[in-house]
Amino acid sequence: MSILINKNTRVMTQGITGKTGQFHTKMGKEYANGRNCYVAGVNPKKPGASYEGIPIFATVKEAKAETGANVSVIYVPPPFAAAAIDEAVDADLDVVICITEGIPVRDMIRTKYKMQGRRTRLIGPNCPGVITPDQIKIGIMPGHIHKKGPVGVVSRSGTLTYEAVGQLMEQGLGQSSCVGIGGDPVNGLKHVDIMKMFNDDPETEAVIMVGEIGGTDEEECARWIKANMKKPVVGFIAGNTAPPGKRMGHAGAIISGGQGTAAAKLAVMEECGIKVTKNPAEMGKLLKAVL
Amino acid sequence: MKIHEYQAKEILRKYGVATPRGITCFNVDEALDAAKKIGGKVWVVKAQIHAGGRGKGGGVKLAKSPDEVKQYAGEMLGMMLKTHQTGPQGQKVRRLLIEEGADIKKELYVGMVVDRGTQRVCLMGSSEGGMDIEEVAVKTPEKIHKVFIDPMTGLQDSESDDIARKIGIPDGSLAKARPALQGLYKAFDETDASLAEINPLILTTNGDVIALDAKINFDDNALFRHPDLVAMRDLDEEDPAEIEASKFGLNYISLDGNIGCLVNGAGLAMATMDITKLYGGSPANFLDVGGGASAEKVTEAFKIMLKNPSVKAILVNIFGGIMKCDVIAEGIVTAANQVNLTVPLVVRLEGTNVELGKKILADSGLPIISGSNMADAAAKVVKAAQGVA
Repeated sequence: MSILINKNTRVMTQGITGKTGQFHTKMGKEYANGRNCYVAGVNPKKPGASYEGIPIFATVKEAKAETGANVSVIYVPPPFAAAAIDEAVDADLDVVICITEGIPVRDMIRTKYKMQGRRTRLIGPNCPGVITPDQIKIGIMPGHIHKKGPVGVVSRSGTLTYEAVGQLMEQGLGQSSCVGIGGDPVNGLKHVDIMKMFNDDPETEAVIMVGEIGGTDEEECARWIKANMKKPVVGFIAGNTAPPGKRMGHAGAIISGGQGTAAAKLAVMEECGIKVTKNPAEMGKLLKAVL
Repeated sequence: MKIHEYQAKEILRKYGVATPRGITCFNVDEALDAAKKIGGKVWVVKAQIHAGGRGKGGGVKLAKSPDEVKQYAGEMLGMMLKTHQTGPQGQKVRRLLIEEGADIKKELYVGMVVDRGTQRVCLMGSSEGGMDIEEVAVKTPEKIHKVFIDPMTGLQDSESDDIARKIGIPDGSLAKARPALQGLYKAFDETDASLAEINPLILTTNGDVIALDAKINFDDNALFRHPDLVAMRDLDEEDPAEIEASKFGLNYISLDGNIGCLVNGAGLAMATMDITKLYGGSPANFLDVGGGASAEKVTEAFKIMLKNPSVKAILVNIFGGIMKCDVIAEGIVTAANQVNLTVPLVVRLEGTNVELGKKILADSGLPIISGSNMADAAAKVVKAAQGVA
């Protein structure tokens, strides 16, 4: 078991003809069961073509009908990426993972509006993707730093997720699934949604939750954990030293109106029974201690 | 991206929001001419800088004669205006807005932001206008009223009237509040704003509803479709180091410490600042070189960090994913040879091609202090910055 994706997932790449889309589709195909998982690509201008033996279709619907793909990964450039999500949602895919960074928030507000009542779950945008180690990798994370194991990882940032995974590996701990939910203010699944899945996943024994300043998603997740979570959770929030009003790279990482500080988030998380650390070098050790 | 008050008012006027008549000026003569053109007996002289809190810092003055307009304009132009948002050095005033005086009966607040919880634009309104709204939100949150706007229908008349009533606009003026609130939303939506505020929005004794101040920030990710807005950018108001960094696709923010940080990824960059502080140091900057950094980009990043005279040591923290450690290492070596590296350099590499990267650094003969992990690197750079390396 795992969450969101596994070796039976069938993936299509939207934006398979671009440089980034090609590179990461190839890397995904070469990882674990990727050869069987990556089955289709989409580009409206190049139906009938192929890349690395993967057939390219004009639309998501066609790609789904022809190959049985149930998940898409999006590398489409920012001006067109929200429309790519809309298309995948319209085709009723199970999961859409949008890697693209820099989508205007206004576009995402409309896309999220249209997603109301639809079955598709969105991860991202502006995220590293999802990996279920030794089964399947969808996204831009380096596959080789992971191995299968009992720890779930959920994070808003990319390289900080790798850092958490690296620290787990130092402790000899593998991962069930690692999910990067992205650094944008308007996005798909939140910490709490992923936490629910880890709670229900028999192979996940504990979870590392990595957050950032901005918003109140971590607080919401912490309250859910207090009421429902059956497994230990450890946490870190990046941005303790970030000044208010300055956007720290991610569009969502900004302290405004006194809300979204690392201190406030850590306090709520601690209150809710989550073991937290202010030291980002101690995430792995902390997790080991609660197992 | 931020713009000036007078530019925000120009935008709001296009969307039907009433504002006082005003003229933008760059010198005292223009200010005097503006006052004459506007006419009347009372004028407001307003310093135009991007930071808020101008009134308290002496950047907004009421002039009761043309002589006073001249006097205040002379005092303000060129002054270093200090507010809670400018930092202790203040921001130089280069532009003024001269406006007609307003007949204020009530000062209210309206603002818009994207609400993460509902994933919609939120209109906030309060009867407590003219004050620091963040203070109102903390002390009297019940005085802030919210509407979450449906992106397909926009702000409805009934929603506008409802919030207008709650913030103290009398029934007779509801029809005049609609163009202000609905115009604000339309402007927010169509310009891809990330924040828009009218503080204060005033009710006059005649029952008119007028935007006495205005602030709009834009979503940087959407600027590609707004060349007209990009033309409003005022580089004088921005940090030169941040402007320089943005030319090379580097995400850089100046801070007040003495340890330069170069990191890949925004989350890891914040975490690196945090751990530096935790170990007793103080970061001089946030710097995310991004996922696809080339050796050139790394070199430029070093140049920008070293231009800051406060920097006493540099910490490079890379977890290579797509970014390969050997590429970073080559960038560091190139940079160290090109720029005069006068401060200690601590490097921590992990991830893709880490062994190759470490070998490149070792073979370079540069006096690089190697950090075995994040904690080790942070401890070493803090010591190095204190001169005990």
